[in-house]
Amino acid sequence: MLSYLIRRILYAIPMLLLVSFFSFIVINLPPGDYLTTVQQQLQSQAGMSRDQAVAMAERMRARYGLDQPFVLQYANWIGGIVTRGDFGYSFQHNRPVSEVIWVRLGWTLLIAGLCHAVSVIIGVLIGIFSATHKYSIGDNIATVFAFLGLSIPNFFFALVLMYLLAFHAGVHVGGLFSPEYVLAPWGWDKFVDLLKHLWVPVVVVGLAGTAQNMRIMRGNLMDVLNRQYVETARAKGLSERKVIYKHAVRNAIQPVIMYMGMALPFLIQGEIIASIILNLPTTGPSFYYALVNQDMYLAGSFLMMIAVVLVAGNLLADFALAWLDPRVRYD
Amino acid sequence: MAKGDRLLDVVDLSTHFRTEEGILRAVDRVSFHLDQGETLGIVGESGCGKSITAKSVMNLVPQPRGSIVGGKVLYHGNNGTVDITSYHHQSREMRKIRGNEISMIFQEPMTSLNPVFTIGDQLMEAIMLHQRLGRAQARQRAAEMLARVKISNPEQRLDRYPHEFSGGMRQRAMIAMALSCNPQILIADEPTTALDVTVEAQILNLMQDLQDEMGMAIIMITHDLGVIAGMADRVLVMYAGWGVERATTEQVFYTPKHPYATALLQSIPKIGVRKRLTSIPGSVPDLNNVEGGWCYFAPRCAEAMDICRQKEPPTFDDDEGHTVKCWLWDKQQTGIKAG
Repeated sequence: MLSYLIRRILYAIPMLLLVSFFSFIVINLPPGDYLTTVQQQLQSQAGMSRDQAVAMAERMRARYGLDQPFVLQYANWIGGIVTRGDFGYSFQHNRPVSEVIWVRLGWTLLIAGLCHAVSVIIGVLIGIFSATHKYSIGDNIATVFAFLGLSIPNFFFALVLMYLLAFHAGVHVGGLFSPEYVLAPWGWDKFVDLLKHLWVPVVVVGLAGTAQNMRIMRGNLMDVLNRQYVETARAKGLSERKVIYKHAVRNAIQPVIMYMGMALPFLIQGEIIASIILNLPTTGPSFYYALVNQDMYLAGSFLMMIAVVLVAGNLLADFALAWLDPRVRYD
Repeated sequence: MAKGDRLLDVVDLSTHFRTEEGILRAVDRVSFHLDQGETLGIVGESGCGKSITAKSVMNLVPQPRGSIVGGKVLYHGNNGTVDITSYHHQSREMRKIRGNEISMIFQEPMTSLNPVFTIGDQLMEAIMLHQRLGRAQARQRAAEMLARVKISNPEQRLDRYPHEFSGGMRQRAMIAMALSCNPQILIADEPTTALDVTVEAQILNLMQDLQDEMGMAIIMITHDLGVIAGMADRVLVMYAGWGVERATTEQVFYTPKHPYATALLQSIPKIGVRKRLTSIPGSVPDLNNVEGGWCYFAPRCAEAMDICRQKEPPTFDDDEGHTVKCWLWDKQQTGIKAG
């Protein structure tokens, strides 16, 4: 088991290096760079002549090392990340990328983590209920709910929910805090205010995941309940509760865990539109604006983070699977 | 309890399934009994209701479509006689009997053990459930049981997972699990069908040895008459949900009464006799669409008479416990065969 863990972690390192290289290529693909935007701004807004603006942009290019060959730029960037935790400079925010990224990543991980926990726990529980009460009224209601959850786009759901809350319930929506608490120091009231706002994105973003987990769990559990070892467990004299929760669920939950590894990065980037609508300080909107403005180090770092989360999520899912299913450990 | 005491009386057991097409009579008024220490073979083609009969005895009829709709399963256990059909399938009383007084092993050893738990965990689970033993004692008991079913290095093997066992070893482990609480009855549902012939012989020998040692009665369900000949004291022949013939193994093999039993015997090869094997023409009727009121075997029966297609045959008993559900044995109908 231990050697399996170490081996999997070692495999992840070259994988991440490769991913970082390709992210860097991808963000360099569009023609021009951030300084092309700056140059245009200098011309149109500061009233410089074209030559002056070009010269200015060239000086800045030299200062930020953007005139260097591609491979060297990449080496500087990745070297900074590995040795100093320096992700480069965000032109748009005029601050180091790490300052921009960590706060947003923190909120994102919190929201994504909550969505995940909610969608797994509720989805799995409803899935178990559905599978053990096949074709009952409860199962049919859950199935309708699941199809709705899977088919409603989350940004639309966010809009509807915001409309209902703002105009019918009269609550403050959008963002994570009410205006009076945004700059207030942390305290109990601020925490309560956070909770009042936090459930909206959790419900919006978690809905599809809940529905997905429910469908996966229902299908798998129904399949597992027909397996011979479930009957063996019953024939031993075990109670139905033990038969289902100990013997059947443990075998049926594996695809849910596999899906978790994939869903973690999806929750981080996939809620971009919902985050913009809900005005959340998460990575999604920031990533979007970084791409629009060709803020290359910021965009590259976000891409890199998403890749890290994807790899880490898959690793965690694989470890959980190996712990659950002995057949995975030996290959 | 002494050898020969009555353990089980199954009286007119009927188990039905609700299907899309209607009611399926999987087991239709089947009766048999089982004595202490003996082996009863239940034989018949696929779909004749053998397995469902066994599952009815365990009160493990597949839910929610199946249910026991009639008859009694009287179990004469250590605590007096109880009717298993009167218990709810999930009731505490039923769970106390399952795995403890009546255990079952299944056809597919490859899938009958849970892949995510060790062999030891699965054995100890049954032991700790029914016997008041701690983990350490249960583990010791589990190791003893593995040794009993002739698995070498039982202590180490307890920590292995099912996928590290071969098919034969898994079936041994299943037998160890089923016998770990000293049951009165072991129901074996085609225990060797999925195994190689050599392994099959080992498993059958093992079961007989364990029966001699531990004294449990066995209900052996199979479609293989060779297994019946080697193992069973008495035989119940099933056809389309009916128990068509019930007799000792010798009687069934040497003086079969039901045309179906006769035909079954002609369909197995004999050493030294080079003769074309006879197959039974036609197939089992679709039990969803039977109206009743005739003999289900009549369309395939060479000796069928008019009455066979008009009236369901009653069960005739010849005083020696050899029963047959066939009109040929009605004196009024033929006057020839019935002595």
